[in-house]
Amino acid sequence: MNIALYIAVMAVVTYLIRMIPFAFFRKKIKSRFFRSFLYYIPYAVLSAMTIPAIFYSTGSIVTAIVGTVTAFVLSYFNLPLIVVALSATATAFIAGLF
Amino acid sequence: MKSNFFRGMSHGIPIALGYLSVSFGFGIKAVSVGLSVFSATAISATNLTSAGQAAGVDIIAVGGTLIEMILVQLTINIRYSLMALSLSQKLDGKFSLPHRLIASYGITDEIFAVCSAQKQKLTPAYMYGIILISAVGWVTGTALGAAARQLLPESVSSALGIVLYGMFMAIIIPPARKQRNVLLVVVVSALASILFRYVFTAVSSGFAVIISAVIASVTGSLLFPVSDTEESEQ
Repeated sequence: MNIALYIAVMAVVTYLIRMIPFAFFRKKIKSRFFRSFLYYIPYAVLSAMTIPAIFYSTGSIVTAIVGTVTAFVLSYFNLPLIVVALSATATAFIAGLF
Repeated sequence: MKSNFFRGMSHGIPIALGYLSVSFGFGIKAVSVGLSVFSATAISATNLTSAGQAAGVDIIAVGGTLIEMILVQLTINIRYSLMALSLSQKLDGKFSLPHRLIASYGITDEIFAVCSAQKQKLTPAYMYGIILISAVGWVTGTALGAAARQLLPESVSSALGIVLYGMFMAIIIPPARKQRNVLLVVVVSALASILFRYVFTAVSSGFAVIISAVIASVTGSLLFPVSDTEESEQ
């Protein structure tokens, strides 16, 4: 399929999600269930996208595990995003040299 | 008018710097799965969202259907509707419909967070300032990452495949460590995703993400409905 079509569909859907409530709605969502759902969804999406895909992200399970453990430990101790990401990459790279 | 614009720009600088690094990871990922530097950059310029773009690129890579693309974007990005809804209630009188149509392009987690923290009403100029500089950071980072992926040796670029996932972990692990409800959602979602990967393999990767995330979020919402205070801490 044409890649421009995919990109256009992504862009239009993402825009409409933002635009419709911003331009036209005025009321607040009252349902506690729905508000909870929206609160949790970003975490759930990132988790499902990361696990187990992260283990296949470097082309070698071994280097990916090294990087994943690094990322886990550093984010557990609240290090900044970029430090976590680059350290995971660096340790995966170093593991790949052996 | 002008001072609002520059105030927005200055508030957007930290966002732009953060975006520069996250979108660098996205650029690498996009080229790794076979997209051109141009396509990767075009996606960032038109979408301005991290997880939605990463999932979208996965669907493009495996030649998924457009329905799948629409549902994935809806699920991942639906939170922006709530943010847009919330921001719509603190807009200045200058925010006519055309301004709303333009500014809605730039509602992201970070821009929402900064805008909601403002004491005064939001003017179009302020939002344009913060959106412009953030979008420049996002698009530039993507182009640089995509180009780097093409230029770097294989050993470096394959290791860089993990960079975006590292960032995702850095986003979910600190709140999961502090809040049991978030931990539950993260674990349920990961377990469901593992099941789809190894057991229910007929389900495509995009749908697997949607179904896992919905199951986990519904579980979290039923067991631990959030209060207003928790929500505003997000």
